[in-house]
Amino acid sequence: MRINKPMSASLRSLTVALFAIGVLSGCATSGNSKDPIEGFNRAMFAFNEGLDSAIIKPVAKGYDAVLPSPVQTGVTNFFGNISDVFIGVNNLLQGKLPEAVNDFGRFAINTTVGLLGVLDIATEAGLQKHDEDFGQTFGRWGVGNGAYVVLPVFGPRTARDTVGLVLDMAADPVTNVDHVPTRNSLVVLRLIDKRANLLPADKVIEEAALDKYSYMRDAYLQNRRSLIHDGNAPRDVEAEAEQVDRPATAEAGSSSPSAAVDSPVAADGVLLVHAVVTDTK
Amino acid sequence: MKSVFTFLASLLMVGSVLAQEVAPDTLIKNVTNEVLEIVRKDKDIQSGNTRKAVELVEAKVLPYFNFTRMTQLALARDWRKASVTQQKALTEEFRELLVRTYSKALTEYKSQTIDFKPFSLKPGETDARIRTEIRQAGGKPIQLDYYLEKAGANWKVYDIEVSGVSLVTNYRETFASAISKDGIDGLIKVLQDKNKSGEASSVKK
Repeated sequence: MRINKPMSASLRSLTVALFAIGVLSGCATSGNSKDPIEGFNRAMFAFNEGLDSAIIKPVAKGYDAVLPSPVQTGVTNFFGNISDVFIGVNNLLQGKLPEAVNDFGRFAINTTVGLLGVLDIATEAGLQKHDEDFGQTFGRWGVGNGAYVVLPVFGPRTARDTVGLVLDMAADPVTNVDHVPTRNSLVVLRLIDKRANLLPADKVIEEAALDKYSYMRDAYLQNRRSLIHDGNAPRDVEAEAEQVDRPATAEAGSSSPSAAVDSPVAADGVLLVHAVVTDTK
Repeated sequence: MKSVFTFLASLLMVGSVLAQEVAPDTLIKNVTNEVLEIVRKDKDIQSGNTRKAVELVEAKVLPYFNFTRMTQLALARDWRKASVTQQKALTEEFRELLVRTYSKALTEYKSQTIDFKPFSLKPGETDARIRTEIRQAGGKPIQLDYYLEKAGANWKVYDIEVSGVSLVTNYRETFASAISKDGIDGLIKVLQDKNKSGEASSVKK
């Protein structure tokens, strides 16, 4: 497959433009050090929410209503299988050899016995699905979050994860399909399938969030932190609890613990977007 | 001599209390299984009756949650700025919000299975993290962790993490910014309004 230069180049310039806008509009801040361009981010968040409720969510609901759930699972598995290769590559880059072997094994089994990935035989055989992407790999290498940014369509990211996203897309087999109509159909199908999987999370988040923007932001950051540590992020509640009992020593909300795209309760899910293109699941 | 006897007697008493204690992992397992068993049979909850789910949660789950601790964690250092009355009001409102959220999540339960990770408690430990995984077709398992603290003889949950997202500390920034804008009472008001609208929509349902 060939790298789709125009796509990643345009994405890159878009990103640069966004940062420029973000910096220029940086006056609208809340004083939250993790979210220096909150004014811009809130506007973009509102735009994404509008896009979701006008188009993506209704289509996902229709898809969910029409397709029997085994078929939906097959679609999810198919795209999940494609992503397993890059999950394996990222595990290699992170020095996690057994995990990488696991991922390549999954791909080999599911592509063949699992009928091009439609059946997830590998999970039944004990090879667990992982979740990795370039943003996580950078995080593993010690690159910090950088500023939080809400991208149009793609949704919440950090500066680091935005760079990761560009690489994810460049490496994504689906966006690199040469036949344009096929590529577009696949991208849309993947998006809708992803969104449909997140429908149950919507209601829970509506119930939970006082301010959806900040709820999603903090959930995204907590989730990413957890993913980078493969679910074993050090808990900082204790340190914070001490701050409660002692006179304030440090700032309180220093945790950037992290929400997940695909969890029922968790949050960032809803942002279609996180889902959409990176979709390295 | 007498004091030695008293000492031994108290040791024995401690021993018997320990024997009766439910280990934190057993507690989580029992409560989870009991609640899911009910949800699996209850068509109303499955079809989105949040109210009924709330009743279930209040009866079966609430006794094992420490809401004061949760509220304290979510407020972080602002907790100390609140008066006792305000702390009570905050805890009350936050409890209602969390219970409704948790109940809502239960109504979305389909047929996923819960996998309990191995757990062992070192003697004398008063803090525990019980790891579970929600397994579902077509996706990576969802990590669901419970944090418990031992108070007296009982273990109580003070936080739940879904895919690394703490349901408690995720409110921290929101709470802090509400407080910096309108003070503690401002936050209480925000929570009350949220609960009122949530209550209204669950009745409609």
